[in-house]
Amino acid sequence: MKEFALIFRLKDISDFRPSPEQMQERMNWLAGIASQNKLADKGNTLLPNTGSAKTVKRNNVVTDGAYTEIKEFISGYIVVKAETIDEAVEMAKANPIFDQVGGSIEVREVLKRD
Amino acid sequence: MTSKKTHNELLPHLFRQEYVKMTAVLCRHFGLEHMEIAEDIASDTFLKASEYWAINGVPENPTGWLYAVAKNKTKDYFKRLAIFETQIKNSIKSSETEDEKDFEFSNQNISDSQLAMIFVVCNPVNPTEAQICLALQVLCGFSIEEIANSFLSKPETIKKRLQRARTNLRNDKFQIKNVSREEIKSRLDTVLKTLYLLFNEGYFSKTNNQLIRKDLCSEAIRLTLILTENPLTNQSQTNALLALMCFQSSRLEARTNDKGEAILFDEQDKSLWDKSLIERGNYYLINATNGNEISRYHLEAGIAYWHITPTGENKWKHILQLYNQLILIEYSPVTALNRIFAFAKVYGNKKAISAAETLNLVDSDYYHGLLGYLYSDINITKAVEHYEQAIQLTKSKIEKQTLKRKIERLRKFS
Repeated sequence: MKEFALIFRLKDISDFRPSPEQMQERMNWLAGIASQNKLADKGNTLLPNTGSAKTVKRNNVVTDGAYTEIKEFISGYIVVKAETIDEAVEMAKANPIFDQVGGSIEVREVLKRD
Repeated sequence: MTSKKTHNELLPHLFRQEYVKMTAVLCRHFGLEHMEIAEDIASDTFLKASEYWAINGVPENPTGWLYAVAKNKTKDYFKRLAIFETQIKNSIKSSETEDEKDFEFSNQNISDSQLAMIFVVCNPVNPTEAQICLALQVLCGFSIEEIANSFLSKPETIKKRLQRARTNLRNDKFQIKNVSREEIKSRLDTVLKTLYLLFNEGYFSKTNNQLIRKDLCSEAIRLTLILTENPLTNQSQTNALLALMCFQSSRLEARTNDKGEAILFDEQDKSLWDKSLIERGNYYLINATNGNEISRYHLEAGIAYWHITPTGENKWKHILQLYNQLILIEYSPVTALNRIFAFAKVYGNKKAISAAETLNLVDSDYYHGLLGYLYSDINITKAVEHYEQAIQLTKSKIEKQTLKRKIERLRKFS
C-alpha cells in the first residue's frame, strides 16, 4: 500500500471558514476515508490569515500571507493509503469543496524511506 | 436480620461479594508473588464458614465473621512462617510482608486494595483477552466454569490462559503495596480499556444467557465505580466510560426477547428502559465534561445518549458527527458500519449504500446484514441476497433465525 498526500488549495480566504453545513460535509468525506481504513494521517488545517501565514524567501525576504506565485493558497493536507495514484485521485474527486467553493487538490505520492 | 436465610442461600452471594475483596486486601498485604497464599486463606475461610454455619447457623454479622476468621488465619500463617524462619534460619526474605504484620479489613483498606488489584490485573504484559479472564476471576470472583461459559470456550482453555497470565504477573514484579501515582497515571488507559472490553463482553456477549450478560455488565460498572471513588483515577475519561456503561445497561432489558433474540433498536419497548440508569449516565456524562480531553468513551457515551434521547430533529446528525469523530480516533469495522447506519438516517438509504460499498467488508455478516437493511426499500432481490450472505457468514444460530425472518417478511411484500 502506498501513501499519498492530498494537499488542499482554496482560491479565496473568505472560503476558508466553512458554514456548519459545509463543515459537516467535509467531515463526512474525511470519515468516509477513515471508514475504509485508508486514512494514514488526518493531517492539519493551515491558517491563511495575516499573522498566521508568512512566506520566507532568499535574502531574508519575508512576505505576509499564504500566497506565493500562484493565486491559490494551501488550506491543509491529509495523507491517505491507496494501491495506486488513481485510487487516491478518486478519493480526492469525491471531496465536497469542489461543489462548495471550488479550489483544487494536489495528489502527491509520499516517498517511503527504508 | 438474615437468620431466615439458610447458609446455603447466603454463602454463594457472600462468596461472590466478599471473596474478591478479601483476596485483594490479603494480596496487598502479602505481596503479589504470594497471590496463591492469599487465595488459599480466603478459600479456607469460606470453607470454614460453610461447615460452621451449617451446624451453628448463620452468625449475626456474616461479613464481620468472615473477616475475623480470615484475619486469624493470616496471623496463624505468619506464626508458622516465623517459626519456620527462626528454626531453619533460612534467609527466606518475604520482603514486603516482614515489617507490617498487622492489618485491618477496614472499608478504606478494602477499597484501596481493590483499586490496587484492578491495576495489577489490567497489566499490559498480558494480552487483553487474558486480562479480561483474570479480571473475571480475580476481581469479580467468577469460577473457571463461569468464565468459560461467557466466552463460549472450554474450561481447560480458560484454565491454561489464566495460568499463563498469572505467571506473567508474578514475573512482572508489580508492587501492589504502594501503587505509585505515576503507575496509576500511565496504566489508567489500559485499565479503562479492559473494563470497557469486560462490559462489551457482557453487552455483546457470545452467549445468549441473559444472566451471564447482566452479571458481566454490572461487574464492569462496579469496578469502574471504584475508579471514580479515588481522586487519582476519577478522570474525565473514567466518568465518560461509566456514563457509557450506564446508558447501554439501561437498554439491556429491552434489547433481547425471552428467547435471547436481539430486538432491533426501532422495535424495542422503550418502557423497559431503566430510567434510573439513564439518570446516572447523565450524571457521569456531565462529570466527564470537566476537562478538555475527548476520549473515545466520551464519543461513545454521546452516541448512546442520543440513542436514548426521544427523537429530536437533529438526533441522527449528532450521532453521525460523533461517529465521524470516533472513526478518526480509531478505525474499527464495527464503527465504520454503525456510522453508515447513522449516515443512512441523515442522507437516505441510496447514498448510504454507495458509502457502504466502499467499505469492502464482504467477509462480515454485519456488513451484509446492514446492506440487506439498506436495500429493503429499494431493491428486494438485492436485500434478500445480502441477508442470505449474512446467514452464511454468521456463526450465531439466533442471528440466523432473525435474518431468516427478515427474508420472509421481505418476500411477503414483494
